[in-house]
Amino acid sequence: MKLSRKFVNDYIDLDANLSIKQIADAMTNVGNEYDSATPLINATNLVVGKIIKCTNHPDSNHLHICLVDIKDEVLNIVCGAPNAKEGIKVIVAKNGAKLPNIEIKKTTIRGVESNGMLCSLQELGLDNKFLDEKDKNGIYEFSDDVEIGIDAIKALGLDDEVIDFELTSNRADLLSILGMAYELGTIYKKQIKNIDLTYKENDEDINNSFNIEVKTEDCPLFLAKKIVNLNIKPSPDFIKNRLIASGIRPINNVVDISNYVMLETGQPLHFYDANNLGNKIIVRNAIDGEKVVTLDKIERTLTKEDIVIATDKEAIGLAGVMGGYSTEVEPTTKNIIIESAIFNSVKIRKTSKKILRSEASNRFEKGIDPKRTYMALERSAHLLEKYADATIVGGSCVYDKTTKEDKIITLQIDKVEKVLGIKIPEDTCIEILTNLGFKVESNNNILTVSVPTRRLDINIKEDLIEEIGRFYGMNNIKGKLPTFDTKLGKFNKVKRDIRNKMISLGLNETLSYSLISEEDVYKYTNDKFEKIKIADPMSEERTTLRYSLISSLKEIYEYNKNRRFNDISIFEIGKSFYKENNEYKEQTKLALLMSGVYLESLNKLKVDFYIIKGIVEELLDYLGYKNRYNFTTNNIPKELHPNMSATITIDNKEIGIIGKINPTITKDDIYVSEINLDKLLAIKTSKMSFKELNKYPSVIKDLAFILDKDIEAQDIVKEIKKSGSSKLQNIEIFDVYTGNNIDKNKKSLAFKLTFTDNSKTLTEEEINISINKIINDISKKFNAILRGDDL
Amino acid sequence: MFKIEEVKLQLLADLDKINSMEKLNNLKVEYLGKKGKITELTSQVKTLDNDKKKEFGIKLNELKKLFNENYNQIYTKLNEELINKKLQSEKIDITLPATKVKRGSKHPMSRVQEEFEDLFLSMGYTIYDGPELESDENCFQKLNIAKGHPARDAQDTFYLEGEYENYLLRTQTSTAQVRAMEENKEKGPLKIVCPGKVYRRDEDATHSHQFMQIEGLVIDKDISMADLKGTLELFLKKFLGENTEVRFRPSFFPFTEPSVEVDISCFKCGGKGCNLCKHTGWIEVLGAGMVHPHVLEMSGYDPNKYQGFAFGTGIDRFAMFKYSITDIRTIYGNDIRFLTQFDRRDEE
Repeated sequence: MKLSRKFVNDYIDLDANLSIKQIADAMTNVGNEYDSATPLINATNLVVGKIIKCTNHPDSNHLHICLVDIKDEVLNIVCGAPNAKEGIKVIVAKNGAKLPNIEIKKTTIRGVESNGMLCSLQELGLDNKFLDEKDKNGIYEFSDDVEIGIDAIKALGLDDEVIDFELTSNRADLLSILGMAYELGTIYKKQIKNIDLTYKENDEDINNSFNIEVKTEDCPLFLAKKIVNLNIKPSPDFIKNRLIASGIRPINNVVDISNYVMLETGQPLHFYDANNLGNKIIVRNAIDGEKVVTLDKIERTLTKEDIVIATDKEAIGLAGVMGGYSTEVEPTTKNIIIESAIFNSVKIRKTSKKILRSEASNRFEKGIDPKRTYMALERSAHLLEKYADATIVGGSCVYDKTTKEDKIITLQIDKVEKVLGIKIPEDTCIEILTNLGFKVESNNNILTVSVPTRRLDINIKEDLIEEIGRFYGMNNIKGKLPTFDTKLGKFNKVKRDIRNKMISLGLNETLSYSLISEEDVYKYTNDKFEKIKIADPMSEERTTLRYSLISSLKEIYEYNKNRRFNDISIFEIGKSFYKENNEYKEQTKLALLMSGVYLESLNKLKVDFYIIKGIVEELLDYLGYKNRYNFTTNNIPKELHPNMSATITIDNKEIGIIGKINPTITKDDIYVSEINLDKLLAIKTSKMSFKELNKYPSVIKDLAFILDKDIEAQDIVKEIKKSGSSKLQNIEIFDVYTGNNIDKNKKSLAFKLTFTDNSKTLTEEEINISINKIINDISKKFNAILRGDDL
Repeated sequence: MFKIEEVKLQLLADLDKINSMEKLNNLKVEYLGKKGKITELTSQVKTLDNDKKKEFGIKLNELKKLFNENYNQIYTKLNEELINKKLQSEKIDITLPATKVKRGSKHPMSRVQEEFEDLFLSMGYTIYDGPELESDENCFQKLNIAKGHPARDAQDTFYLEGEYENYLLRTQTSTAQVRAMEENKEKGPLKIVCPGKVYRRDEDATHSHQFMQIEGLVIDKDISMADLKGTLELFLKKFLGENTEVRFRPSFFPFTEPSVEVDISCFKCGGKGCNLCKHTGWIEVLGAGMVHPHVLEMSGYDPNKYQGFAFGTGIDRFAMFKYSITDIRTIYGNDIRFLTQFDRRDEE
């Protein structure tokens, strides 16, 4: 909302000494932020001058040499404008003048001295939309009655200042000069001046020749008034200039008055050419597929969500959004019907989003005070009578389902302090509310406040407290800390522990997007689930919620690889999304991606399967799952190498996957793992507790077996564990050997077995019994030979 | 007797020639071995007359002592030489690169999130974690943003396919207010913060379609705007420096009444005006206010008994302040050169 200072001065006497910046800052302090606060024309040193002699430049076919009288002196100015001629009054930028794009200095143009510049309106920085062809191509010509030597901006009537506000969406009332005046009046403690709504009506009654019919609940208030014998011509300068300051292009007096009244009251109006309209207006919802040609000559196809203005035969306009082409006011129009109405704000929002967001639709969307609907009708009649020589037909057509009573809210004065945390004297509270135009009665510390209908945003006592706080100054509140029964905060810090563990193991934490491309969603998993897509994605790459995080990490790997960084060890903890049995679900997952150098030294150690496996095991051990997890080769997703990957299980529950990315996907050696943290952490671990240190020595025995290459070490370990006695405390694989002396389908696996007993020193005999059992069992079960026995 | 002197002279001559451990060991065998010269002399003792035994014994002991003293001295010297030689041979270039595991790093957003969590935990808040997929009801309606409300425009929403105005990616962590209030069966005091990811259809240098917020909610019988200000002052001063000034400016949010925007004095220029604060001296960092009575009511609280404050801010913004990051896209770019800059303990 652009606020013209001159415009608002019609309704409130602001101190002329206040700078526009001061006013804007004061408004910010009461909650109305602004983008800019500047003079309408950002130029200095401009005066009105008269060309007293105009000759052609000897060295040019388009330049003129003008002698310009600016009262105190006569300047020699070279000018290229085609309309420069003797006798016209023009805008003169003197030497030293600053225009938006240029600073004027004494100069010589093709040998002729020039002391200043004759200006067009464009050169003053007026937006092109406000200029006609004449203004764009040539210098501005004043009418002859303008005095020379005076400030040219003042002479133009453009000596205005503008604050461009960014208003909050609740303040529909501030989309009007009158609303702004109340706000400023409360800040500066000034009275609001009355708006002139007087006019004379003729003896006819509109209801005898015209009627309205509202066939929808989306239009609670509709007023129509008839105006005849209009004289369409350019608006007076003050109307034009205020529209320009407000960002609206002046057209002619009639169209301009509809906009002018909208700016004053916040009520958008629509004028119909009465001769093209017939004698009836119908307001109704559109029919699906119905068509209407709007003002911009575009045929629009409508749905039943749109509200239309129609005749008996057809739709002639989109209510609240854009008028129709067939009933447009034209320069030849003589008689009009004024529409002042309220439409369903949600419907207007939807329609305007589809078609056009305008000053009018913006106001309808935010809500209109029904009293302003009446006021706007009267104000436009007043202005049309005054500036378009119109005759006002008696009476109006009225359809009204609105209530217009003030809202009554009671407020206990204690509540103000209870909410704001600061004591504000009752008198101050009453003064603020009264200045806002509310009626206040005070009785036993209870205020009874009548809130006028224009304040759609004020409905409950907290709203009144906010009004008091706004104008008293929210910033006057002194901070203190809440007093509370002391209670410990709760925090599940396991995610943070996992994050810290991964970092300590040398991985870099990433943060990527939850939205990925649809084609990636079923990758790196064999789980059966339904994907979740979003309705209106911003791009093809971000259409679907991710299930596995690995695709995101792979994308990060590619990004960095393209920048020549290949040693990548990264992880991310994030949500995984899916749909199951018609319910939306999310789970937290940890994903890892490792490639390139892991151990940095002269002999760099590169990531392989066993390094990423070590990292996963280290995490699981740390979380308390030591000796409970298994790696199996079942159910490997196709994106992973079928023979270098595993499913991770704990107590036979699948909690994740680990492995190398399938060489069909990338030539690089990339290892990944993903663990479903929700599934993992649902598996209980034991409380940490100290175990007495063993006083008796342990005995270590090495055993090596020769067995088939395909047999997995894990199976042997399991069997040894089963076979060994309770004294067998630890099993470690310390060597895997294939090659010389061993059949090529066989391998040798060497184990270090640790035996202990908490109650005594183990005897050689006891251990031998155990060892022999193990040898026996393993040999039988796996067709293995004890190494050493094979020779 | 004579023999002892002879052996002694011989020993002194032999000792002079010892220049290696090997020779020293041989010398020991030569003198103290089974057939060694001193051993031999010792075995002669029993053949001597009693009167000569004593004198012989004394001389022999002197000889043994001479041997031992010299032996030990030479041994120590040779041993030292040997050790020095070994140490010399083991000399390494200590300036060659170390062997080490790559250094991990914590993402700056996690760093800031953890710092916020710790700060509020220390004030007795509970850290609340809510889902990112939400119902329209929790994200909007129960926060006083009815269907068709213009405030929905400012938060252009990702609805799920086929779920328009029904299911969505949460646009704000304020949804946690609703969930925490509804889950609190006693409908009594609450003190939570909820950090997490949020999503909006928006993307440029200062907006990412995915970003992170933290929401705070405190409810009790006598919580006021002054408590809100005190809490935010503590939080913002701790995070941005003790000299930070906090300013309340009235504003509008559908779920708080009264509502304020919270500005801080610009930490870059100290309030004098610079590019960061757009020459105003102030930076807008937070939205806050008193929980709207309708919001309390919709989640089962009695607004006549309870009131509270809520605040919400972007974690991204604070990460950008703290680490001087100017483009939000850097945060989600995951360039390894960016990530590895956050690989150490930060000065507090």
